Amino acid sequence: MAEVIVFIIFAMVALIGGITILVAPDPVYSAIGLLAAMFSLAVMYVLLDAHLVAVIQVIIYAGAVMTLFLFVIMLIGVDTTDKYGIVAPAQRIMTTVVALGLFVAILLAGRSAWITGTNLFGTPDLNGTIENVADELFGTWTIVFLSTVLLLTIAALGTIALAYFGNEVEDEEATL
Amino acid sequence: MDGLEVTASWYLILAAALFAIGVAGVVVRRNALVMFMSIELMLNSVNLTFVAVSKDLGLIEGQVASLFVMVVAAAEVTVGLAIIVAVFRKRSSANVDELAELKG
Repeated sequence: MAEVIVFIIFAMVALIGGITILVAPDPVYSAIGLLAAMFSLAVMYVLLDAHLVAVIQVIIYAGAVMTLFLFVIMLIGVDTTDKYGIVAPAQRIMTTVVALGLFVAILLAGRSAWITGTNLFGTPDLNGTIENVADELFGTWTIVFLSTVLLLTIAALGTIALAYFGNEVEDEEATL
Repeated sequence: MDGLEVTASWYLILAAALFAIGVAGVVVRRNALVMFMSIELMLNSVNLTFVAVSKDLGLIEGQVASLFVMVVAAAEVTVGLAIIVAVFRKRSSANVDELAELKG
């Protein structure tokens, strides 16, 4: 019963956070909404016994990614011209139609998963501890894990290249 | 109410709702940062699906997959925000509607 209450509370927080991202006029409020959604998803992972994923969710998303987002918002400045939310009434209607339509479409597409296949979490006892996840990660999925290392390296290099070559072009324009 | 249990369906429906909100955000908002946050929300909702199904089927692979999604999301955030900052330095704007120079 406690699980149901916790689920309902944090599902509400996640949905309100998502809607805040969607409608808030100021990107800072959108960032706070995203933070709320990410924290409530971490709570969901704890409910699902995925402890390692929950911890990493808080560290990576709520820590690193959100800090990066807020930093860029500060860098770009919150009082620029594109500080507006959904302004036109037609846009509001379109948003609602798109969101609800897609939600219904996903429910219809996946109904076999959540109407007929009611497994009730009963079957095997699964515990997402570091040991269990690491066994799988460094056993079966070692190559994939190593390729993510490559991906992160390439991403870091790409970021450096974007910053570097951007400055170079500006310097050329300045000398012209 | 005593027999009420949180099943996998609840998590999947929540994930579907969050994904729909994310798609609506990308379609409707014109601020590149907010569009980016919506993409993050979609990735997160897919992670929730992975973990819920992992629990439901008793397979740890779903959690491993969600870790990979987090890595890809982190890489994506790095490059994406760098692009947004680079565009902002050129245009002094993060509005994607103003990036129409390549339009024929």
